[in-house]
Amino acid sequence: MEKSAVFNSSRLLPYALLAPQLIITFVFFYWPASQAVLQSFKREDAFGLVSEFVGLENYHALFAQPEYYRAMLTTLVFSTLVAGLSLLIALLFATQADKNLKAAPAYKTFMIWPYAVAPAVAGVLWFFIFHPSLGTLARPLRGLGLDWNPLLNGNHAMTLVVMSAVWKQIAYNFLFFLAGLQSIPKSVIEAGAIDGAGPMRRFWTIVFPLLSPTTFFLLVVNVVYVFFDTFGIIDAVTGGGPAGATTTMVYKVYADGRLGGNLGGSAAQSVVLMVIVIALTAVQFKYVERKVQY
Amino acid sequence: MANVVLRDVRKTYTGGFEAIKGIDFEVGDGQFCVLVGPSGCGKSTLLRMVAGLETITSGDIDIGGRIVNQIEPADRDIAMVFQNYALYPHMTVYNNMAYGLRNRRMPEPEIDTRVQEAARILELSTMLDRKPRQLSGGQRQRVAMGRAIVRQPKVFLFDEPLSNLDAKLRIAMRVEIRKLQRRLNTTSIYVTHDQLEAMTLADILVVMNSGRVEQIGNPLDIYQKPATTFVASFIGAPPMNLMPLRADEIRSQFAGDSRAAGESGILGIRPEDFVISAETIAGGIALDLTVEAIERVGAETFVYGTRQHEIQGVAANPGELPPGEVIVRIPGAVAPAIGERIKAVAPRENLHLFSADGRQRIEL
Repeated sequence: MEKSAVFNSSRLLPYALLAPQLIITFVFFYWPASQAVLQSFKREDAFGLVSEFVGLENYHALFAQPEYYRAMLTTLVFSTLVAGLSLLIALLFATQADKNLKAAPAYKTFMIWPYAVAPAVAGVLWFFIFHPSLGTLARPLRGLGLDWNPLLNGNHAMTLVVMSAVWKQIAYNFLFFLAGLQSIPKSVIEAGAIDGAGPMRRFWTIVFPLLSPTTFFLLVVNVVYVFFDTFGIIDAVTGGGPAGATTTMVYKVYADGRLGGNLGGSAAQSVVLMVIVIALTAVQFKYVERKVQY
Repeated sequence: MANVVLRDVRKTYTGGFEAIKGIDFEVGDGQFCVLVGPSGCGKSTLLRMVAGLETITSGDIDIGGRIVNQIEPADRDIAMVFQNYALYPHMTVYNNMAYGLRNRRMPEPEIDTRVQEAARILELSTMLDRKPRQLSGGQRQRVAMGRAIVRQPKVFLFDEPLSNLDAKLRIAMRVEIRKLQRRLNTTSIYVTHDQLEAMTLADILVVMNSGRVEQIGNPLDIYQKPATTFVASFIGAPPMNLMPLRADEIRSQFAGDSRAAGESGILGIRPEDFVISAETIAGGIALDLTVEAIERVGAETFVYGTRQHEIQGVAANPGELPPGEVIVRIPGAVAPAIGERIKAVAPRENLHLFSADGRQRIEL
């Protein structure tokens, strides 16, 4: 049994200690979120001078837009690819780094670096590397007979933002997978070897199930990442284009509100987005987490 | 059914550390061999080499007439019980035991028969659906045993399987393991640092120290005739009293015995071989002691005394008593008072004599 320390000195102390965290959460989450909800029921002129209450009109208008469904689909494709690929590749790298190799510490250090790069900077990097006329890697791609042009071709643009987002997220996932792998007792793996399981079978029947709490945690974090944090990458690499091919839901919030001046519609979108992410996380906790407990 | 033979087995790690320095011994079919030694002596490494979890630098390991040096652990036909049990935490007790059989593509009905049988023997039948975390330490230990026995391997390997259990359970499981091994008659190698476990379990006892074998034999023979001062102080609790003697002391003590003449040496006497008595025994030894401490454990009492005639010389071995201190074990709870001067005597046949470096026993 874990015992918790009890302090009798002051009744206010615990609240005082919790206050900074609570204030930050309130100021940076609850307040803006509630403002967004409020705003989504209003219509405002482009200068922000007049606003009137319009009820659910913003939502009606939003769901009547074919572009909005397209953004949903784009988000689905984008998030599945980014979360899936970054988890898969990170797991592969982590299993390799977990082996007793001489260069493993250096390898681990290099693996973690991309995480220190700001999303927009990462986006700019990839933008230049794959720029159709300036990019160092665009020419070889053309040489291979591929008409590479992410500025015009929607699929190419999607590939490019997915690559950038995956590249950045691998570092984070790698760290957690590696920690997860290292927490599996070596003797359990050895017992598996004596029990006649080859390396692949050991991985799928012992290592992977034991990693499932880590995988679950990363799944939640990655979904939130692709829904929100990839904004900077998309903005820097494609700006949502070409022709909206890489406009995800979060980018559309920005595009409609900030660039299009439709603040009410943009607020309605962020509320929808918030509801989706809350629902996704709730579903993950309710159904997936139950299976990963052992 | 197999014997296990080790021939000049060595292990050198990259960097030059020699963990195992040439070990030879044979475990006969169905025998229970215990490797015992202090921590860091290489006993676990040696066991892991037999299991195939560590590579062998040189020498041969032979299981059932087949040299297994290059053979994968899975194909050596061995089963191992780990110190921390190494159960698969995400599998039920049933699946923990069935895993090795499924990997070998055994038909399910046969797997079921074997698992049920093992569960019956180990009294786990009601717990087959539980996960390891829902079990107590002793039950986990039994699941680990079950996982080993369902495979019906040629050899069982045990790596300090009882050291995570509390004292009472350890004794109970020790008896269980021995009974089970007798019943299945499977050749076993068991690693422990607990000399009591070693004495009670072993058919053959291998005493190891810093990568070498100090002595191999029947546990009682080792107890009665330790080959070195290391063995003398490691086997038996409390340890044998070891006292450096000068050449002239040896000559006077063992007058007329040519093998004991001429050199300095170390005299060993087990605490239980002393009698507190005013009368000396002809040919035996008598020590004048001042009582320093008394330990009463009920059925017996340990008397810690200092010798009045200090004898100089020879550095102490690990585990050996500080020079000058002598432990005397007496039955019952009646003991001399602290500070009292007593005479402890031991007969000639209970004296052990070793060379001055402690590496060699001198037969008397």
